[in-house]
Amino acid sequence: MNECASEQTNYSIMSTIEKKQAIKGGEFLLRETAAREVFIPEEFGEEQRMMAEATKDFIDSEITPNVERMDSMEPGFMPALLEKAGELGLLAVGVPEEYGGLGMSFNTSMLITEVIGGTGSFSTTYGAHTGIGTLPIQYYGNEAQKAKYLPKLASGEWKAAYCLTEPDAGSDANAGKTKAVLNEAGTHYLITGQKMWISNGGFADVFIVFAKIDDDKNHSAFIVERSFGGISMNDEEKKMGIKGSSTRQIFFNECPVPVENLLSERGNGFKIAVNILNVGRIKLAAGCIGGSKVVIDNAVNYANERQQFGTAIANFGAIKQKLAEMAIRTFATESASYRAGQDIEDKIEDLKANGLPKNQAVLKALEQFAIECAMMKCHGSEVLDYVTDEGVQVYGGMGYSAEAPMERAYRDARITRIYEGTNEINRMLLVGMLLKRAMKGELALFDAAKAVAGELMSLPTHEEASGLLAQEKAAVNKLKKAVLMVLGKAAQDLGQQLQQEQEVMMAIADMIIEVYVAESVLLRAEKLVALRGEENCQEQIAMARVYTYEAIERVGAFGREAILSFAAEEDRKMLLLGLKRFTKPLMLNPKALRRQVADAMIAQNRYIF
Amino acid sequence: MKILVCVSHVPDTTTKIQFESDGSALNKTGVTFVINPYDEFGLSRAIGFKEEGKSVNITVLCVGGPEVEPTLRKALAIGADDAVRINTQANDPAYVAAQIASYAEGKEFDLIFTGKESIDYNGSTVPGMLAEHLLWPFVSFATKMDLQDEERAVLHREVDGGEEVVETSLPVVVSCQKGIAEWRIPNMRGIMAARKKPLAVVSPAEITPYFQTVRYNYPPPKGECVYFEPDQAGKLIETLAQKGLI
Ligand SMILES: Cc1cc2nc3c(=O)[nH]c(=O)nc-3n(C[C@H](O)[C@H](O)[C@H](O)COP(=O)(O)OP(=O)(O)OC[C@H]3O[C@@H](n4cnc5c(N)ncnc54)[C@H](O)[C@@H]3O)c2cc1C
Repeated sequence: MNECASEQTNYSIMSTIEKKQAIKGGEFLLRETAAREVFIPEEFGEEQRMMAEATKDFIDSEITPNVERMDSMEPGFMPALLEKAGELGLLAVGVPEEYGGLGMSFNTSMLITEVIGGTGSFSTTYGAHTGIGTLPIQYYGNEAQKAKYLPKLASGEWKAAYCLTEPDAGSDANAGKTKAVLNEAGTHYLITGQKMWISNGGFADVFIVFAKIDDDKNHSAFIVERSFGGISMNDEEKKMGIKGSSTRQIFFNECPVPVENLLSERGNGFKIAVNILNVGRIKLAAGCIGGSKVVIDNAVNYANERQQFGTAIANFGAIKQKLAEMAIRTFATESASYRAGQDIEDKIEDLKANGLPKNQAVLKALEQFAIECAMMKCHGSEVLDYVTDEGVQVYGGMGYSAEAPMERAYRDARITRIYEGTNEINRMLLVGMLLKRAMKGELALFDAAKAVAGELMSLPTHEEASGLLAQEKAAVNKLKKAVLMVLGKAAQDLGQQLQQEQEVMMAIADMIIEVYVAESVLLRAEKLVALRGEENCQEQIAMARVYTYEAIERVGAFGREAILSFAAEEDRKMLLLGLKRFTKPLMLNPKALRRQVADAMIAQNRYIF
Repeated sequence: MKILVCVSHVPDTTTKIQFESDGSALNKTGVTFVINPYDEFGLSRAIGFKEEGKSVNITVLCVGGPEVEPTLRKALAIGADDAVRINTQANDPAYVAAQIASYAEGKEFDLIFTGKESIDYNGSTVPGMLAEHLLWPFVSFATKMDLQDEERAVLHREVDGGEEVVETSLPVVVSCQKGIAEWRIPNMRGIMAARKKPLAVVSPAEITPYFQTVRYNYPPPKGECVYFEPDQAGKLIETLAQKGLI
C-alpha cells in the first residue's frame, strides 16, 4: 500500500460529510445521483484493506492447499476451518462488540465476504454461519439470547445453521408444515417436522428453526440447540458443486425447545426470514464478486501461458474479448453492490441519529433497500455464472478437466442463482416492491411515468452531451425513462394482473437491474477520475462505457419483450417508438475499448481493478 | 525484556520488477509493498516469547518515509506493541544500520531481530553492521531461538551441510531465517487494535550516506531453448562448440 491509501481515506470521510441525506431504496430510478454521493471500493481505507489481505492470507494458507480435503468432506475439516476463521475474527466481523464481535461497518463485512467468495464450499459455510445462522439472533434476539449465543458464534466455538426450507416449501417458504406445540407444563415447545437443504446441518450446534405454533398462519422462529435432542438427519446431499459444504435434511421429532428460545414474538418468523434474507442477498452478491475475481485471475494467467499457433492465446482478439467482458461485468456488479452497501450503511446511521436503536435501524435500512439487495443478488450471481462459463472456455479442454480450477469454479458458482431466493423469485419481488411503494405513495413512480408519457407526445430534443462520460450518463437517464415508461404502462394496463404476467415482470426486473448497474459503474468511473485523474483510470472509463453500451442494448431488448407481451395493439407502436428514443445505441468502438481493458490485465497477469 | 524488530518495506514477491527509464531506481507505480518476509519471522518469534509467558515489549522499526507506515501498522496488527519510523530514505545498508544503531543506543534493548536479508536488494549486511556499531554479538541465519534466562540465549543457525548450535549472551543481534517461527496472519482484532498503538516518527541521526546506487540493469534476456533428439548427440556437441562453450 502506498500514500494513496491515506488520501483515499480522507476523501471517503469528506464524501460522507458532503452527503446531505440518506436516500430511499428504489429512488435511484427517479433521481440523478451524483458521483460524490456513492461509495466506491477504491475508497476502502488501509485498515479495511489490511483485513481483506489477512482474509486472503487465511485462504491461501488454509483453504487453497486443502481444497481436495474440503470438497471430499474429510471428517472434521470444515468445522475446524470455521474455528480457525473464528480465531482470526472472521466470524465476528459484523457482531456487536458487546457480544464478542468487532462491530464493523456493513461495507467492511461485505468486503470480507467478497474475499471469502472465492472459496466455493467454504463461502457457503461461512455465509450460512455468519449470515442466516447468526443474524436472526443478533437482530431479533433478546438480551439473554444474545448474551448466550452471540459470543460463541462469533468465536466459532458454536456453529450455526438456518432451517427454513422444507420438502414442500422452497420458494413458497411460508407453506412450511413444521409444527411447534407447547408442552403441558408450559416450559417447552415440542417441534416436529422436516427441513431440507440445510447448510452446515451436519455439524451445526445451533439451528434457527422456523415452525408454526399450533395452527398459526405464520411461522415463528426458534433457537434450537443440537443438544436439545429429538433431532436426526439424513446423509449428506450429493451435490453438483460446493461439495465440501454440509447440506442435510433434518428431522425434528418432538424436539424440546425451552420457551425462552422463541425468537422475537410468536408469528414473527416470516418477517425474520425475509429480513435476514435481505442481508443474505447483498452479501451473496459480494461473494460473487470475489469468486469472479479469482476466476479472472486464473483465466488471464492461463491465457498468458497457453500457446497455440505459436503465440499466447491472450494475443487473440476472441480471448481478449472474453477476458475484458468478464472484467467489465465484475467491475460493474461490484460498483453497484458497494454503492448499495453504503446506502444501507448511511440509512442505518440516519435512522440511528433519529433515535432508533442500532438493531432496528439495521433492519429498517435493509428493508428500505430490499429492492437493491434483490437486484444485486440476481446480477451478482449471473455475472459469476457468466464469468465461470467463459473461464472454462478460455481454458479450452483444460476448462473441462477436474485437474484445473475452472471445472470446480463452474460447478460451485451455479448454486448462487438458486439459494437465498431463486433469481426468479427475486426478480418478481423487486418489481413487486417497487410497485407497492409507488402505490403507497412512498415513491413518486407514477408521476414520473406520467411525465415520461407526456414527453413521448412531444418531439424529441437533440442536445448532444459533451464531456467525459457525459454521453453515457445522458444515456442512462434515458434508460430510466424507458423503465418508467414500460413499468408505468404495464401497471396502468394490467393493474394487479401484472403479478400474474411473470414474463413481463421478469423483463421489467432486468431493465431495472441494468439501469442500476450501468449508473453505478458510470458513477464509479466518474468518482475515480475525480480521485486519481483521468489519465490514471483509462481502463475503468473504458469499462464503464462498454457496460453502458451493452446495458442500452439489453434494456432495449427486455423493453421490447415486455411491450410486445402486454401492450394493446393500439399502444404498441407508440411505446416501441418511445423505447427506441430512450435506447439509442452509444457510438463507441467496443472492440477497441475491450482490448484496452484486456491488455491492461494481460500485462499484469491478473485482474487489476 | 525489550525486543526491537527491524522491518523493511519491500515490493510484494509477485511484483514484476521495472526500473525507471534511466535505471536510477525502482519504478514504484502499481507496486504493492509488504513487510519483508524474513523480517516477519523475527516479529513472529518475538510474539512467541510473549506467548510463552515472558514479559516482553516489542518495538518495530523501519527506516523510511511516510509511505512505509502501512507496513509498520501491519506489524502492529500482527502483535508488536509500538512502532518507530526513522524519517529518512533507506539510502544504503550502511546508512540504515547506522541509523538503527543510533536509535537503539542506550534504549536497553535485549535483542534486535532482523531478517536474513531483504527481498528487494538482498544485501544481508544490515544486521552485521548494526551489531558492529553496538558492539554486540551477532548470530546470522538463525533457524531456532530459545531464551535460557534474562541473559543468555541458545540459537540454531544454518551452516553448509548442517546446523550450528550457539549460545550467546544478550543483548544480541539476530538475523532470522525460515524455521525460527511461522508467519502469522494478523487477526481482525489485532488490525483494529493497531490503530491505537503508538507509532513514533523520529528524526534521523546526522549521518552522511555512504554510497549511491548508480544504475540498475535488467538481467540479460533469456536465450532461446533448443531441443535435441536423443540420437542427435553429434549435433549437440557441434552446437556447443560453435558457441565456444566446449
Ligand atoms: C446447496 C443448497 C443449500 C441450501 N441451504 C439452505 C439453508 O441453509 N437453509 C434453508 O432454509 N434453505 C437452504 N436451501 C434451500 C434453497 O433456499 C431453496 O432450494 C430455494 O429457495 C428454492 O426452493 P426449491 O428448491 O424448493 O425450488 P422451487 O421453489 O421448487 O423452485 C423450482 C423452480 O420454480 C421457480 N418458482 C418457484 N416458485 C415460483 C413462482 N411463484 N413464480 C415463478 N417461479 C417460481 C423457481 O424459481 C425455480 O426455478 C439450500 C439449497 C441448496 C441447493
